Amino acid sequence: MTDMKPLLRLSSIGKQFGGLSALSDVSLHIRRGEIYGLIGPNGAGKTTLFNVITGLYQPSAGGFEFDGKKYQACKPHVLAKAGIARTFQNIRLFANLTALENVMIGRHVRTRAGVFGALLRDRATRSEEHAITERSRELLRYVGIEKPAQTLAKHLSYGEQRRLEIARALATDPLLLALDEPAAGMNATETESLKALLQTIPDRGITVLLIEHDVKLIMGLCDRVAVLDYGRKIAEGVPEDVRKDPAVIAAYLGSGDE
Amino acid sequence: MKLVRKSGVQLAALVITLLLLPFITDALLGRGWVRIADFAMLYIMLALGLNIVVGYAGLLDLGYIAFFAVGAYCYALTGSPHLALAFPMAFPDGVHLSFWIVLPLAALTAGSFGMLLGAPTLRLRGDYLAIVTLGFGEIIRIFLNNLNAPINLTNGPQGISRIDPVRVADVSLSATQNIFGIAFPSVHLYFYLFLAFTALVVIVSRRLERSRIGRAWMAIREDEIAASAMGLNTRNLKLLAFAMGAMFGGASGALFAGFQGFVSPESFSLMESIMVLCMVVLGGMGNIAGVILGGVLLAILPEVLRHSVVPLQQALFGKTVVDPESLRMLLFGTALIVMMLYRPAGLLPSRVRRRELGSDEAPESL
Amino acid sequence: MEILLQQIINGLVQGSVYALVALGYTMVYGILGLINFAHGEVVMVGAMLALSALTALLGMGVPPVPALLFSVMVAMAGCMVLGYGIERIAYRPLRHASRLAPLITAIGVSIVLQNLAMMIWGREYHSFPQLISNDTHNFGGAIINDIQIVIFILALAIMAGLMVVVHRTRLGCAMRAVAENQHAAQLMGVDINRVISITFMLGSALAAIAGLMVSANYGLAHYYMGFLLGLKAFTAAVLGGIGNLRGAMLGGLLLGLIESLGAGYIGDLTGGFMGSNYQDVFAFFVLIAVLVFRPSGLLGERLAERA
Repeated sequence: MTDMKPLLRLSSIGKQFGGLSALSDVSLHIRRGEIYGLIGPNGAGKTTLFNVITGLYQPSAGGFEFDGKKYQACKPHVLAKAGIARTFQNIRLFANLTALENVMIGRHVRTRAGVFGALLRDRATRSEEHAITERSRELLRYVGIEKPAQTLAKHLSYGEQRRLEIARALATDPLLLALDEPAAGMNATETESLKALLQTIPDRGITVLLIEHDVKLIMGLCDRVAVLDYGRKIAEGVPEDVRKDPAVIAAYLGSGDE
Repeated sequence: MKLVRKSGVQLAALVITLLLLPFITDALLGRGWVRIADFAMLYIMLALGLNIVVGYAGLLDLGYIAFFAVGAYCYALTGSPHLALAFPMAFPDGVHLSFWIVLPLAALTAGSFGMLLGAPTLRLRGDYLAIVTLGFGEIIRIFLNNLNAPINLTNGPQGISRIDPVRVADVSLSATQNIFGIAFPSVHLYFYLFLAFTALVVIVSRRLERSRIGRAWMAIREDEIAASAMGLNTRNLKLLAFAMGAMFGGASGALFAGFQGFVSPESFSLMESIMVLCMVVLGGMGNIAGVILGGVLLAILPEVLRHSVVPLQQALFGKTVVDPESLRMLLFGTALIVMMLYRPAGLLPSRVRRRELGSDEAPESL
Repeated sequence: MEILLQQIINGLVQGSVYALVALGYTMVYGILGLINFAHGEVVMVGAMLALSALTALLGMGVPPVPALLFSVMVAMAGCMVLGYGIERIAYRPLRHASRLAPLITAIGVSIVLQNLAMMIWGREYHSFPQLISNDTHNFGGAIINDIQIVIFILALAIMAGLMVVVHRTRLGCAMRAVAENQHAAQLMGVDINRVISITFMLGSALAAIAGLMVSANYGLAHYYMGFLLGLKAFTAAVLGGIGNLRGAMLGGLLLGLIESLGAGYIGDLTGGFMGSNYQDVFAFFVLIAVLVFRPSGLLGERLAERA
């Protein structure tokens, strides 16, 4: 395990909004093939860290290395192409497109047909289009929402929308799948079946980074966990150790959250 | 198999109806209405072009008519005696390039203007594009109005006349032609020309809509941040949509100039941009059939108003209180508000869209 | 030298009017993140209302100064109602719709206002009656008249007043709170809808005064005057940094100067190729230039990253 190069290595990431410091000196690394959990009280900077990793925010300090390459001040689409895909805490689907189309858009970054292809509909374009559709259907099947493929995303149930976001992210063939509270708002049964789904993702050769409030889910699912509080990493390790860490207990009890 | 035959029959019926339309219209309503039908198709082409920008990519272009103007003046300058005034030494008879050479050039020129305008603004929020395009529309008009001195490029407010008619295989479309013993008046000939172009634009729109690029545009329209997180280079894709829309506008402009034989800045006012926008919004943004419906409705509306409002007011008040032109604009403005508030998806219900998607499915599952 | 001074004076006077209108754009943008396209038409309605009231009052034999004051009141009241109505009808129902929707309704409102104005007031130019003495003063070779002096001083006074309202009163505090974070403001007990309505009314009142000033300065009012004025004032707001009150004032004055100096010297600059009939083009190029080189404007901070 230790001799393997990490997939993602953050070094001293800092992010400031005006005078407010949302992240300071966060360093961590995620190994290939693991499920890595990120927990912390509300406002601890988890989503900010996500946004830095996926290029929505530019870090004020530090940088990160992904799959052996350094990235600094990159646009989201560059990082998506590099192999980082994500879901959003407050679901951001393409509401007026069908479930299938949503996933097909995820394939954009791995396909190439341009305007001329679209207009001429040549053999290559058609076969690419066919492959996109097939792959997208396969992903819908994989996340378990094969049936409503032709339903507009906004008409899907909440749980289906969460799953659709995962399918869409998987369609970009990521090396790292970053999930921002995928179980938020789900009941116990839904969470359980989501957990079953997430457990199979590393089998596809995809590393998972997971933000979650549901500590039980994190503890049962993750190989390693990091805890953020006030924008700093206060603990990291296997779930059992982190759970016993006094700093973590203090952070959670002190915040009155959870 | 049966399905294919049925849609084939429908298509044939549609084509025959459209081919006979100028003659039917001519017989029933008079030749003036054939001309209106010609204009309706120009507007449909424009609206479909704007639909790429507004409907697919979700970018509000309020100066769209400026690209139409660029295209129209491209042909006006290169297909008329006018340049003889500006450069008597170089072009003693003006420039008379073939329409078919100018058409792609007009589209490219308009597209380049679109790129120039879009590049700085498209990385910002959508509202900036709206206001910049609004300004651009005005600027183009100011230049067209004033570029008659010191070198007379545009002939100012008087506009450029005596533009060469479009020729197809050396047959001028501006005169009545006898084909197989049937007389085809000029408006009929242009009708067929525009019909062919409209069909082309519809096919292009459809293919774009159902392509990787079209899906990417719609993703940007729906949620730009999610789109970029999915790996879409949103800035380039937006620029592409904007430039493509501009090209459609430029090509329609060249057709317009050839058809009219005359262009002046008056035809390219903000109100025309609004009218085209109205067609897109009214019919349904991003919906080709809806946009066509919007185009037809709004092209006919002014005529209907002209024939109804004035007599009605004369009968009621004994004088014309409201002129049809301002009533038309008032209706457009109200339509924009009402549609957005109560029916943002447009007149044609969204069921159409879903049925389309459903039928897209059929051949694949077979 | 006299020409330069003259252009500067003209520019500052015109710029102070732009600034007043720009404030309306910037206040609404600061609070709602929305460009109120219809704002230029509110200026036009203000000018027309004031002019109509003024003509009627003078016709009844009311002395000029009370007539003028009363007309300003009428125009301000009318525009405040209008601004309130626009927000209620065209923007509020769409506050959570796609970002395209309010832009389109705003365009709709502009068109409706413009055409209603044309129906009510006609297509012709209305001339502004001579009220206060229009004596001219020689100022180092440049000429400035009383109307221009009044416009400039009044505009500065109003802007100063607005700053006091925004930074010293409870209402201003609520406005800044809503601009900063709507949800948090709501949780703190701020009635957001009320604050937004008041913002629109305040901006519209400024627009009414600006409308009156423009028509007094040029001696003319016209149903179409709002469009270009609105576009330029918006440019001024962007130039200063949209959402920033001081920026709108600075941007307004600066744009006035750029326009007036540009129109004065464009002939020399282009070797006679372009004349002062291109005056209206400057604002547009300023807008593009700002968006390319400094989209946050002179005094603004964020802009592009507002998701």
